[in-house]
Amino acid sequence: MRSIDAVESGLASAGYIASRPIATAVYLAEHLGKPILVEGPAGVGKTDLANATARFLGLPLIRLQCYDGLDESKALYEWKYGKQLLYTQILKDTLGATLADAGGLDGALERLHGFSDLFFSEQFLEPRPLLRALQAENGAVLLIDEIDKAEAEFEAFLLEVLSDFAVTVPEIGTIAAVVPPLVVLTSNDTRDLGDALKRRCLHLHIDFPDARLEERIVAVRVPDVDARLRTRLVAFVQHVRTLELKKVPSISETIDWARALLLLHANELGPDIVRDTLNVLLKFEIDVAAVTKQLPALLRAADPEAGAA
Amino acid sequence: MSVREPIHRFLAAARRAGVRISTAEAIDAFAALDLVGFADRTTVRDTLGIVLAKTDDDRRRFERAFDAYFAADGSAFAPSEDSAVESDAIAEATRRSELARMLIDEDLAGIVLALHRASEAVDLQHVRIFTQINPYARRILEAMGIAELDDAIGYLRGSQATGAAAAARFLEQRRRALAERARDMVERRLGAYAEAERDRLHDAFLRDVRLTNVDRRDVDRMRTLVRAMARRLATRYGRRRRRARRGQLDARHTIRRNVGHDGIPFTIVWKRRKIEKPRVIALCDVSGSVAPIAHFLLLFLYTLNEAVSGLRSFAFSSDLIEVSTILERETIDDATAQIMRTLGFRSSDYGRSLATFADGWMDVVDRKTTVVILGDGRSNYGNPRADVIKAMYERAHRVVWLNPEYPSSWGTADSEMWRYAAHCHVATVCNRLSDLERAISGLLR
Repeated sequence: MRSIDAVESGLASAGYIASRPIATAVYLAEHLGKPILVEGPAGVGKTDLANATARFLGLPLIRLQCYDGLDESKALYEWKYGKQLLYTQILKDTLGATLADAGGLDGALERLHGFSDLFFSEQFLEPRPLLRALQAENGAVLLIDEIDKAEAEFEAFLLEVLSDFAVTVPEIGTIAAVVPPLVVLTSNDTRDLGDALKRRCLHLHIDFPDARLEERIVAVRVPDVDARLRTRLVAFVQHVRTLELKKVPSISETIDWARALLLLHANELGPDIVRDTLNVLLKFEIDVAAVTKQLPALLRAADPEAGAA
Repeated sequence: MSVREPIHRFLAAARRAGVRISTAEAIDAFAALDLVGFADRTTVRDTLGIVLAKTDDDRRRFERAFDAYFAADGSAFAPSEDSAVESDAIAEATRRSELARMLIDEDLAGIVLALHRASEAVDLQHVRIFTQINPYARRILEAMGIAELDDAIGYLRGSQATGAAAAARFLEQRRRALAERARDMVERRLGAYAEAERDRLHDAFLRDVRLTNVDRRDVDRMRTLVRAMARRLATRYGRRRRRARRGQLDARHTIRRNVGHDGIPFTIVWKRRKIEKPRVIALCDVSGSVAPIAHFLLLFLYTLNEAVSGLRSFAFSSDLIEVSTILERETIDDATAQIMRTLGFRSSDYGRSLATFADGWMDVVDRKTTVVILGDGRSNYGNPRADVIKAMYERAHRVVWLNPEYPSSWGTADSEMWRYAAHCHVATVCNRLSDLERAISGLLR
């Protein structure tokens, strides 16, 4: 991670074609030790960015999927209470023998205080994703996916992890990160995030790529697809995105579509094959209908040589 | 002067252009810039964007400010082929004027820096109106030492040395380019500062203008405001809150909490229950008498419907239909057009519409439901069926009537508003976007 260019080529070697701002953000995140908050429409590669970064850096990816009702016992740590119960059983069994010669209640209590308190100790701690990321020996990439799905309270709870890379377990104390992980948060913008969280993060907005970048992405992901067809299908998708649809196709759909066309041995973007495979690209019935209606015009637009297709 | 100064001044300018930048963020920005360096303009722009902007809107505003502030200031001074040759006369000219030296040496960075310094010296950030452009440009040139430059040019003209005349011509040409630059800079700053301010004023005005009086050209902007508002409301409203409810034992947590006591439940944990989101039923009048604002009301319903689950919406004029599915399925324009085509501009019949609602959907209204009625309560002298509203009042959590008319005209002519108002928890005027926001935010609490 010596320069932004190095990040860009590193991500490319991990199969992720990053635009310049994306590479800049990853570079800054690594060197400033700040989390990246990635926003943008679904399917533009927000989660993939974290995956690729982990592959590129050779670090484990630890993923925390957020949802309504997520709390610290699922995100941070949990006591292994089964084991704790067993421990108390063992304690009860051995206690009699240990304290038999203590002589009276006061002596027994005195000796009891002398024992180290194992009950709430790290041995009985079950680490969840956040704690695991902090304990990773060589660092890790921590992906906190769809943070906007979690409740506002959970955000507040993340603040300590994100700014100090430490968590506080009331019974034990503060556990700090061995090596601060690289944190990527993603949000689909279903609710506004708190200012405190935003302030601690670098903000990266990934939008739909332009035709050139998208072609490069498709070329990397679906290398077998013919270059001419690739240009056409990307141009087609770019035009579809300008329509008023319930859900416009994103990069992942473009890739799926390219794969589908490859599978069907299509080497031309004819009206029939497009109509048959449109459901790969579009996820709603009314969207499919809307695009089908305008199909000839769209194909013409995507295919400048053909004239009236 | 360090390379940081222009950035400092830019941050101040960006704040005035409406980007919120705290001190901590400014520190981060410098740390980031130290990492990436200042060599590449796009990298600096990306970096600042990533560190400073917190939302997508922020980022756009920021990039506009950056482009306006740091437009390629040096482009007019690109090196030329007919660079002046070295001579004593030129050495004398550069001694007389630092500016002349920079122009002859083509010290681009120096010139740009001098421009920025001069603009700071003359308080360019206070530029507000376009008549200030020329005076500011002149003052910037003066601050940069244009007088000394003129002196140097005069000296070169008078000199007999070889190349002096060419150098004088060269400097004159550069001087003109410099004057252009200064003027451009003032214009751009005016754009950067004044635009944000103008938009802010305009938005504030639109929020408070009566919906019936919105100018046609403002409709688009108004739409953006309505959407932003509905989104804001939905966010606030969408936050679920937890509330403890005694009565049900949470076995798992109780065991866990009491492990230390060998499983003997000293501490009892009760189940917590999330509050259910209240259901909202909206009835929207789209008849001729409220036609000018019906569009906005529908737009509002549409946006709210996108954001709030469990909203059921109805539109009525001569009769009532449920429009939830239309709002759900169609795009905003199609949905409003379709509703207006079916029902719009007919004369309203509150009695019949309410009766239809009572027959078809009254059982949806229960203790958790909030009913919102948007309409003027003018029933064309038909039977108002206030009893339906009364029934709603008895069943629902709240009945809220938002009327675009002022109370002074309630009850006049065919208005039955007072009879309806008697059975509403709240009956209030709603004629501005700010009214609408206040009313809805009160109701979603």
